[in-house]
Amino acid sequence: MSSDAALRADALGKRFGRRENWALRDCSFRLPTGRVCAVVGPNGAGKSTLLALAAGLTAPTEGSVTVLGTTPAAARPRVGFVAQDKPLYPQLTVAETLRMGADLNPEHWDAAVAEEVVAGGDLNPKARIRSLSGGQRTRVALALAVGKRPELLLLDEPMADLDPLARHELMGTLMAQAAQYGTTIVMSSHVVAELEDSCDHLLLVGGGRIRLAGEIDELLAAHLRVAGAADATGLGAHTVVESKVTGRQLTALIRPAGPLSGEWRAFAPSLDELILAHLRNPGAPALPERSAA
Amino acid sequence: MVEYRIDRHSGVATYVQIVQQTKQALRLGLLQPGDRLPTAREVVEATAINPNTVLKAYRELEREGLVEARRGLGTFVRRSLGTAPADSPLRTELEAWAERARAAGLERDDVAALFTAVLDTHFQGDPS
Repeated sequence: MSSDAALRADALGKRFGRRENWALRDCSFRLPTGRVCAVVGPNGAGKSTLLALAAGLTAPTEGSVTVLGTTPAAARPRVGFVAQDKPLYPQLTVAETLRMGADLNPEHWDAAVAEEVVAGGDLNPKARIRSLSGGQRTRVALALAVGKRPELLLLDEPMADLDPLARHELMGTLMAQAAQYGTTIVMSSHVVAELEDSCDHLLLVGGGRIRLAGEIDELLAAHLRVAGAADATGLGAHTVVESKVTGRQLTALIRPAGPLSGEWRAFAPSLDELILAHLRNPGAPALPERSAA
Repeated sequence: MVEYRIDRHSGVATYVQIVQQTKQALRLGLLQPGDRLPTAREVVEATAINPNTVLKAYRELEREGLVEARRGLGTFVRRSLGTAPADSPLRTELEAWAERARAAGLERDDVAALFTAVLDTHFQGDPS
């Protein structure tokens, strides 16, 4: 059953135009509620398409996406979405924008947290949106999304135009929401380091497909970085994601199928290594979450 | 109350850093029995780390009998920590071993490599 999934995709695909121009294809995963999920991938990988599909801004070409147990359209009142270009009304002031948030969400508007997000940026409430910098607009957009007190927050590159101080402060605010209300948060980025400490779940998107999906701890535990002599044997029994020979040494990132022979030294990979190895080797088998169905 | 400082370049898992800093505060007497640890919300708001990381650290401290969670109230210190005994038999054995290694002509790096290899064998899978 999908009742405890915040977000679920089944064979989801999206094609733009009539030609074979798939932005996303064969995308299946299940994100349990209460997780903080990083959607990571290179530019043009399909991250924004995935978030737009989940937000109900665009319809799938094939397959389906389920949000909080229902359709994206029906879930919209319970979902906060911040698109990459942070769409706001340029002629409104900051204060008017927040008032609009309160009017649109009469039952569950959290004025305190919305004002806290805006206040951290030293924003003049009377300033018009059109006069704000990119980072300031991001603040207002995040204030609107968080103030809605959503069950699911979908954030497309939320930190891209923020300075490091604001990034840390706002990530702290988001984590506090997750800690206090169990908010599920999905945020995309192509900078892994930005999300590593804040996220417990990963969706790695590459070439319009899901390459890795699951709990970060489990994904890391499922892989090993190994080193041995170039002529050492026994790697064939495992799934080799990437391997490289340098002089007499062979190094590889593998998904072990059982114990390794003694010829290999094994290390735990970092999240960065795991992600880069999968992106560099699009032919390597993907690792979807085991219970995707 | 302790304030956690997370160093993301230390190579030490984040939840282990919280465990270590709590123990350090216990050793230094900055935390004493009956004191409340910061809530997960307080920690993540200040550090921007994932709430589950804090809960995992607190579970580990609870498993070691150092703190206890009281439902709806928070997590409280149960006992403090003495400093590691400098004269434990294990240390004496290690001293003697290091002396023999030096006498056998091993250099500092050789000893470190050997020690790390043995450590890896016996503590495989444990958090570093």
